Amino acid sequence: MLILAIVTALLLIISFIFNATKTISALRIALRMFLNLLPQMIPVLFFIAFILALLPPEAIEKYMGQDSGITGFLVAGAAGSVALIPGFVAYPMAGVLVKNGVSYPVISVFITTLMMVGILTLPIERKFFGWKVSITRNILSFAAAITIGTAMALLWRFL
Amino acid sequence: MKSYFKKNKYEIIITFLMGIFVLFSHIYDYKTGIDSARNFSESIIEMISFLPLIFILIGLFDVWIPRGVIEKHLGENSGLMSIVWMILLAMLQAGPLYGAFPVAYMLWKKGTSVRNIFIYIGAFTTMKLPMLSFEIGFLGLKFSLLRTILSMPVFIIIAVIMQKKFGKSFSMNDGKH
Repeated sequence: MLILAIVTALLLIISFIFNATKTISALRIALRMFLNLLPQMIPVLFFIAFILALLPPEAIEKYMGQDSGITGFLVAGAAGSVALIPGFVAYPMAGVLVKNGVSYPVISVFITTLMMVGILTLPIERKFFGWKVSITRNILSFAAAITIGTAMALLWRFL
Repeated sequence: MKSYFKKNKYEIIITFLMGIFVLFSHIYDYKTGIDSARNFSESIIEMISFLPLIFILIGLFDVWIPRGVIEKHLGENSGLMSIVWMILLAMLQAGPLYGAFPVAYMLWKKGTSVRNIFIYIGAFTTMKLPMLSFEIGFLGLKFSLLRTILSMPVFIIIAVIMQKKFGKSFSMNDGKH
């Protein structure tokens, strides 16, 4: 957090010295993105806060924690495949989940399916690629997410 | 300012209802409600202090990265370098997956191979730089590095499979019908 603040401040100063106008437009972009994100994020974060208050920590640990095994992957994969959460909201949400006992490999399956698999956006995708290509891509991507999660689970402890 | 409220009216209504829910939870001593308010305020404080930093980085990135250099190389189809250019192009994008399809269509029209189109889609979904900065911020460098390094060979394999399976019959539409 502190390092990030220092790096950002330094880059901002360097950028400003080289080109003040560009830097100001960068700050404008930042402000606009922040204001666009905030209203979307508040309901999602509250929903997560509510679910976490409702579920006992042991349940999260059991179904999505370190030793949840394939159950955790499938729950996370299914959720990620149907959810339509923009990445800017998904990562803060994932951060909260990790703090509450969801394991990193399970999060990686959730994030990967969220980004690569889109069941609800299939009708859009098929307009570009056709059904056959779209469905194949989505199935392969789901398998990829489980593969990445498994590799994460195996490697996480050693690193 | 007015249009901002108009655009986000549902979110604002939901936020308002949340407030009422928390208020009543305190009045009637509803534990789950009180706990969710506490969970929520912890995470929202963290977000608000953290997000502006990341957005400033993304903004700086947006104004300083020369996109034209990469776009010059998009016609290339063979060799390792064409994969690198595809990945670089994808890394500089932002937005949801369905935003990548029109770009993929444009690439296909320009003669990009099936393999490279799906490498673009794969890199777009897993390696966008603005998203990586978010990922590092909220899930840590170790997670982000590991996930990215593991994702890269996986989506390249998917692209190769797609090329093998659909290479000859592959065609794309402009998405309008």
